Parts: sequence; C-alpha cells; structure tokens
Amino acid sequence: MGMDRRKFLKIAGLSAMMGLGGKAAFELLAPGELEASLKDLPLTEGRKWGMVVDMTKMDEALMDKCIEACHRVHNVPNLGNPKEEIKWIWKETYEHTFPGQHHEYVSEQYHGRNFLLLCNHCTNPPCCRVCPTKATWKREDGVVMMDQHRCIGCRFCMAACPYGVRSFNWGDPRKAPKELNPNFPTNLEYPTRSKGVVEKCNFCAERIAKGQLPACVEAANAVKPHALVFGDLDDPTSDVRKSLHESYTIRRKPELGSGPNVYYII
Amino acid sequence: MLDKAIKGSPQYWSWVVFLLALMGVGFGCYLYQWFEGLRITGMSRDVSWGFYIGQLTYFVGVAASGVMVVLPYYIHDYKAFGRITILGEFLAVASIVMCGLFVMVDLGNLPRMLNIMIYPNPSSILFWDMIVLNVYMLLNLVIGWNVLSAERKGVAYQKWVNVLIYISIPWAFSIHTVTAFLYAGLPGRHYWLTAIMAARFLSSAFCSGPALLILLALIVKRFTRFDPGKEQIRTLGSIVAYAMIINVFFFLLEMFTAFYSQIPGHMHSIQYLFKGLDGYDRLVPWMWTAAFFALVALVLLIVPATRRRQGILAVACGAVIISTWIDKGFGLVIGGFVPNPFERVFEYWPTVPEIFISVGVWATGFFILTVLYKIVVSVKEEAAVS
Repeated sequence: MGMDRRKFLKIAGLSAMMGLGGKAAFELLAPGELEASLKDLPLTEGRKWGMVVDMTKMDEALMDKCIEACHRVHNVPNLGNPKEEIKWIWKETYEHTFPGQHHEYVSEQYHGRNFLLLCNHCTNPPCCRVCPTKATWKREDGVVMMDQHRCIGCRFCMAACPYGVRSFNWGDPRKAPKELNPNFPTNLEYPTRSKGVVEKCNFCAERIAKGQLPACVEAANAVKPHALVFGDLDDPTSDVRKSLHESYTIRRKPELGSGPNVYYII
Repeated sequence: MLDKAIKGSPQYWSWVVFLLALMGVGFGCYLYQWFEGLRITGMSRDVSWGFYIGQLTYFVGVAASGVMVVLPYYIHDYKAFGRITILGEFLAVASIVMCGLFVMVDLGNLPRMLNIMIYPNPSSILFWDMIVLNVYMLLNLVIGWNVLSAERKGVAYQKWVNVLIYISIPWAFSIHTVTAFLYAGLPGRHYWLTAIMAARFLSSAFCSGPALLILLALIVKRFTRFDPGKEQIRTLGSIVAYAMIINVFFFLLEMFTAFYSQIPGHMHSIQYLFKGLDGYDRLVPWMWTAAFFALVALVLLIVPATRRRQGILAVACGAVIISTWIDKGFGLVIGGFVPNPFERVFEYWPTVPEIFISVGVWATGFFILTVLYKIVVSVKEEAAVS
C-alpha cells in the first residue's frame, strides 16, 4: 500500500484517540486540530456523497456495463435464482422505479424503460435507525456503510429500506454455482461474504478512499461521460451540484423523508 | 419444586417424550438450516421475514395476555383469579421462550447474537424488544415461582414480590407495544405503517391469549385433580369476548381508512391478502378462513347462552385462536412485504424444514409449559389434600 510511515502513524494515532474518547477527547487535547487532520484522510474529503443518474445518456448496454463492473469489483455472485438474488446495482422499469409517478398516458419513451437502481445513501436512513447492532451506519461523508462482520442477519434493515436495495446471503455466496461464476471471487482485493449477512451498495467506499470514482461511474464514463455523476453534494462547485443545477431531477419516494441522495435526470 | 416435574403418571411421561421427539425433529431441521443457511426457508429478497417472525409476533401477544388474569386479581381484587394467575404467568414464561427461539432461528448469524448487547443501538426497536421481552420473562418467572413456593408452604408470599407484580402489569402492555413498533415505524411498508398497530396487537393478544388459557385450564381440569374453576373460566370467556370484538373492530377501522381514502398503497396489501394482486392469491383462502372463524367466534362469544356453556366456549376459543393466528402469525408479516417496494408481487410460502423448525420451537414452549404446569398442579393438589 502506498502509505508512508508518517501518514501511517498519523492515522494510527488518530484511530487510537477516537477509540479513547472520540471527538470530544480530541477537542479537549488539541482544540480545532481535529477538522484539520481529518482532511488528510481521503474518505472524508466529501461531506455528502451523492450521485446523478442521467437517463438521457443511458442505454441498456451501458447500464449492463455499470452493473457488471460493480458486481465484479465487489464479488457479487450470480446465484441463478431470483429468490436468493444478491444485487448492488440493477435495472428496473420506470413504472416500478417510480410507482407513484406512473400514469396511463406516460410518454412511450418512459413506459417500460429500464432505470438504474442502487442504494440511495439517504441523509436520514431508516435502515441505520433500525439496525440493532449498528452494523449499518451513516458515515460522516454520507456513505451508508455496512459491516458484514458485525451483522447478525436479523434483516430488520431489509424491512426498513423503502427502496429494496438490500440483499441477504440466504446461502453461502462462496458456493455460488461455478458455471455462472467461473472466476469467483472476481476481485481478490475485496472480501467475499459469509452466509447469513446483509449487503448492499457501499458507494465504493474502498475506492473513494483511494481517490477513485465508484466502479459504476468509471464504467459509465468510459463509454459516455457524465452518464453517471458522482461527487460531494455539499460542495457547490462539484460535478453533481453542477448537474443538479443544469437539469431537473427526481428522486425515488422523496415523500418518505429518508432523503435519498441519488438523483435521476429523466 | 422442580422435583414435582419428575414424578408423574405414564400419561404425563408419554406427553413429555412426544414433545422431546418433536424438539429433536426440529433441532435436526435446524442443523440443516445451520449448514445451508436460511435459503432452505421460503423467505426471499422480497419477503425477508416469514413464518418465524410471524410466530414471534403471535407469541409475544400470548405472553402479554398473562396480564388479563394478573390485573383483575391484583388491581381489582377479583379474588376468583387468585387460583389461576399462576397459569397466566407461566404461560407467559413459556411464550417468551418461544419468542426468543423464533428470533434465534431467524437470525442469519446466531453466534453473533450478543452483538445486540455489545454494540447496542438505542434507536433500534429490536434492541428494546429484546430488553422488554427478557425482563418480562424474568418478572413472570420470579413472581410465579415465589407465589407458588409460598402457597406450597402454606404461607403468604414475600412483600417485595408485590413490587414486581405491579411492575409486571404495565410491562405486559409494553412488550406488545414495542413489538408493534417493530412494524409500525417503517416508512414504505404501508400495511404496517399505521398508528393503530399497537392497539390492534394488544386487542388480538387479549383475546387469543386468554382463549388459549381457557383451553389449557380445561385440559388441566380434565387430566388432573386441580380444577381452575367454573367462575374463572366464565370470566375469562367474557374477557375473550370483549377483546375479540375490539380486535375485529380495529381491523375494520384499517379497512375503512384504506378503502375510503382509495390510496393505492394503503389498499394493495389488503387486496393481496383478501382478493389477490396481479394474479397472485396464495393467502386468500387463508385470510377468508380467518374471517370465517372470527365471525363464528364473535357469534358464539357474544350470545350469552353459548358463551356460558364450557363446551361451546372451548369451540369459540379454538375459533379465536385460528382466526388471530392466521391474521397475526402469518398474514400480518407477509402482507407487509407484498407488494414489495417496487410494487411487484413475490409470494412467500414456508418450506417443510421451516415448518418443522417451528414445530420444534412450539414443542419446546409446550415442554416448558408442561413442566411448569405440572409443578403448579402438584402443588395445588397437595394444598387441596392438606
């Protein structure tokens, strides 16, 4: 890993401090320095990660590419059985993506058309509220994160998520059928999961920590720039904010107050 | 007092062995689930809770209903119930054990269960449910055991037990309220997102629990020399009648809101349950069975002449149990997940191993209930002789 000694000590020391007494202890010992030193950690560069899905630039093939890229990077197996399906990003038709929006006279360019779906990384996520072990939580940078080593598999988060973005490992993903997953695990640098835990899109936390874009965004941009835009919603100069400024966007089920952070240009 | 449980008739022992055999079958199926994962159940990405959580919900209600004998005796000084409070308390203990086991068999990763206490999340209702259920079980066990020990020795129970009794009364309401909150606070699950959920839970608990208690009392009367009492059963019958009326009334309130407002999301689950949605109608015959038995129960319970005849009351209680079990132990959970957040219908049906695991849990509950009731009956029989 590309980390020098100084940086390692800094992060190690910081983690120890957080462990000892969290933010409060740090503020006591060195007032004002916490914010400054946290800036060095790439994962907190954004304060509210969000995404714009520009459906005017999307087509079936491109969506498939995004899905493929994500599922390969995160070792999401193809179980060949809808009952046990695990998915982080997938396609769903307009009328089922925005059930309340559909009407019988809707333009043909939307009717039956597939949209790209993923975790909304809500500002006020119901899944984190209900988790009995804090195995899923809202990070300071906006990512709704999931700790598969703490998850007890109660599936309360799946009942709570109004967007159906969470999947459960009903069986052992490492035993996924070989003929459907010839190269599993597809990415040796990312962990596979055990049976009995919930998983979902993590906004590529492991990639944004290294300053890379999420895998789906990278895959989309390689074919069509700005089909997926990722960035900090808190930063008025960011690409997502520019995109939101230029186009009218909608979100899934905004009336529930969960504050979804994935926007759709239709 | 446990020694009372190991001295029994051949009939008692064959019942115990029968329950142990069912527990063994259930455990065997659980081992299969342990190695294969929850894929052996009928649950899916779309219906992610099923039979197990339905049973948890139902038996929290049975447990809470213990208060229906405790409250009249200790608060209203209704002396007749003094004879059977212990039956209500020990039914609560056995029910909570079942609840705990149903949660445990439902977990994807059981060995990590203590994470709920190691990394508690106070905003999670499941965390609070775990607390209220465990405390309620302890309260009932300690109260029941102390009162019974005192009765055996022919002395009054210790004063401090009174404190626990008074705590246990509101606590009973709390366990079912908190269990309702598991469901009633989730955005996007229209069938569950209703302010009357806790009230519905309590009303169905207060008819189904005492109905089960009446049947148990009749069994005790039939097989032992301890008679829980005619007046006691009659009063329980009135409680079941009132609670069942309120339960059905609350359900009709849900119907009104959904179908007069005509908001699609509010109607979908109910349509799926009673009529079928998008051509899927697996639960329809079950829900109408529940409706039919609810009607039968109401008639038999409301008409005084039928309610007061023990044989017919037993039939009415059976009808209440069938009706509330389908409604709350099955339809409630599945209906909440259908349609899914994409307004698509994916159906659920329990698998054979799933049913056998549940049978194993029921058998465990009834095993505990049998042992506890055996002790109660032995003590009561002795007291009657001396």
